[in-house]
Amino acid sequence: MLDIQDLSIRFTRYTFGLKKKETCVVQGLDLSIAPGQVMAVIGQSGAGKSLLAHALLGILPRNARVEGRILFKGKPLTPERLSALRGREIALIPQSITALNPLLRVGVQVARAARLSGISKKDTPTTVNRAFSRYLLQKEVATWFPFQLSGGMARRVLTATATVGMADLILADEPTSGLDPTTAREALGHLRELADTGKAVLLITHDIETALQVADMVTVFCAGTTVEVAGAEDFKGFGQLRHPYTRALWNALPANSFVGTMKPVERTSNTIGCPFQSICNKQDATCGLSSPPLKHSGNGRVRCHHA
Amino acid sequence: MLESRSLAYRYGRQRSWLFDDLDLQITPGEIVGMSGPSGRGKSTLAKVLAGYLPAGRGSVMIGGRPLPVSGPCPVQLLFQHPELAVNPRWKVGKILQEAKEPTAPLHQDLGIESAWLDRYPHELSGGELQRVCLARALSSDTRYLLCDEMTSMLDALTQAHIWRITLDIARRRGLGLLVISHDTNLIARLCSRNISYFEDTTMH
Amino acid sequence: MTINPLALDRRTRTMMVILGCLILFSAIFLGAWLYGEQGQVTNLALRKLPPGWNQPFGTDWLGRDMFARTIKGLRISLEIGLAAATCSAIIALLLGLAAATMGRIVDVSVTWLCDVGMATPHLVLLILISFACGGGAKGVIIAVAASHWPALTRVIRAEVMQLRTSDYIKLSHRLGKSPAWIARHHFLPHVVPQFLVGLLLLFPHAILHAAGLTFLGFGMSPHTPEIGTLLAESMRYLTTGMWWLAVAPGLALVLSAMTFDVLGNNVRALLDPKTLRE
Repeated sequence: MLDIQDLSIRFTRYTFGLKKKETCVVQGLDLSIAPGQVMAVIGQSGAGKSLLAHALLGILPRNARVEGRILFKGKPLTPERLSALRGREIALIPQSITALNPLLRVGVQVARAARLSGISKKDTPTTVNRAFSRYLLQKEVATWFPFQLSGGMARRVLTATATVGMADLILADEPTSGLDPTTAREALGHLRELADTGKAVLLITHDIETALQVADMVTVFCAGTTVEVAGAEDFKGFGQLRHPYTRALWNALPANSFVGTMKPVERTSNTIGCPFQSICNKQDATCGLSSPPLKHSGNGRVRCHHA
Repeated sequence: MLESRSLAYRYGRQRSWLFDDLDLQITPGEIVGMSGPSGRGKSTLAKVLAGYLPAGRGSVMIGGRPLPVSGPCPVQLLFQHPELAVNPRWKVGKILQEAKEPTAPLHQDLGIESAWLDRYPHELSGGELQRVCLARALSSDTRYLLCDEMTSMLDALTQAHIWRITLDIARRRGLGLLVISHDTNLIARLCSRNISYFEDTTMH
Repeated sequence: MTINPLALDRRTRTMMVILGCLILFSAIFLGAWLYGEQGQVTNLALRKLPPGWNQPFGTDWLGRDMFARTIKGLRISLEIGLAAATCSAIIALLLGLAAATMGRIVDVSVTWLCDVGMATPHLVLLILISFACGGGAKGVIIAVAASHWPALTRVIRAEVMQLRTSDYIKLSHRLGKSPAWIARHHFLPHVVPQFLVGLLLLFPHAILHAAGLTFLGFGMSPHTPEIGTLLAESMRYLTTGMWWLAVAPGLALVLSAMTFDVLGNNVRALLDPKTLRE
């Protein structure tokens, strides 16, 4: 359904007065999602992952420059096609309740999302009711304001705004942040259910354990680039993970070794070779020469000279 | 020792008590966890313990005396969202100087780079900003740190790293820590005991 | 994919626009000074001429050059508008801060005053006040200053009230900072940009209202070529086809007011840290 090849996002910043500086935040991002699949994108909290969602919706800030190929349903996703599909075939489940207008009742806002995704005025009330009952929200919740919703309810309303239409690609940006385990499990269950109906779900999160509960495939994202694409089952044993960063990430969980690392792996524009040389213990001369390409390994892919 | 006696709080006279008759103690050097689902009142309790909100009933005592009304408070609170805990118009350098003594060794321990000092908060990542907030909270007056979901927004590597440093500093200075988190694995790793007041689902 | 060539120059564009506006205003003041008393010189040989090479805005029934008169009038309008707007903005700042920080009674009183000010028909209020103050430049300034502060007051009040409940303000207090320190270092940087932008955006209103008052006869004496006076006088001659007597001053006034608007919006873009680096 979605195929991204070698995506890069650059930002121009003004340092002082009129001097400009360009920083490359995302480079070499590759991603593929098939219908009915939940693809999790895991990586450090911060710029990279959310930018992917924004790039897919065409809502990057003005000083951003995007390069690379994005194919949606086999055809290139040009800015014109993007603005036509946004909200209709590509929908975003917002991260927090602040995405809702605090002055409008939630029922009205879900109805508006339905209208914007192309549902006729006649069908909107039934669609909205159906969305609410699907997520186990009572009818009177539609008359409430956002501030009256509890964390779990808010999450369900936000999911409803994205799924009330006919979108085939659902982007979920940190859907479980700030939620307790039960509510998080529920929110993830909705995503799984959406995938099971044939939609493609892109789940962006920093929390591996959360992602693994429902994901089919996992893309590991670090220093602005894809370092590994693995199946969810690869995380069950330790030896199956291919890239040093993925192993370090898995190791860092409190349930595992709880070991962290100091050096943030940053991409500078003059990085030659693999950006992970400094923290990798398998590095040698070839690592300093060129940045490794993303190559296939088993049923996944990895960006390492030695995998 | 930081303790609360029969502490209770509610948001207004028409609302129900968020927590009532709550007694807890944290001794210096102790690492205590507080688990429970979100939205139940853990953050509010942390705010009352740190002096951000006045107690509805009961009291908060430190070393037998009530919390100071003015001047640096020995109980410091760290928030889940560091970007809300700093003035967005200030540069990072100024944020760090708001604490009584900005110390270079502490900055080095926390990995705070001099390049950051000239940046604005929205230009730092979540993990970097949280480390800045930590540095700000660790003045020499601080005796207790209340960490309210401090690393929930961070990836596993940054989380593990920040907790290693925090525990290290807490051990060196004999600080008491309260770790509020919904991640039971994390609490099991870090804490010697857990307060399960908010786990009780029959409360509400 | 998405290309944003214009975005790269946004900062340059903003600064150039601001510079352009400031140059325009300087030109008006300079022009008025250079023209001196030419606007008062009557030349009966050159009466009622439409706009042409020698007289860009035409001449009026006494042969006075309209361009000179308009520039002079514009300068006077700008001066009055600026004086009134500045007074108004300062009143708004003080009242807004007081309402947000000095307790419930002060807050309720200030809010009530704002509501009264906003509910009263604007022009009626202006006329009453300027009449009560004896008209003239003094009356106009007092009238405009006394009626334009409610909107900005509410903005500043809201801004400060929101700040007070922010986590980082309480945290600052818990780190040991005094209320005065917090006011100086936290509140002021937030409020000053709002104040500045609010001030700039008040100018168009003040200028237009000052001209309006004079047009109605409640402002300056007919001897001073204030824009309102020019417009009022031109009313008599419109039916005889001397359209330039009204259009030229009117257009000049509207354009200057709009320029302040543009200036205000661009300064705002420059002062917000989020768009600062864009």
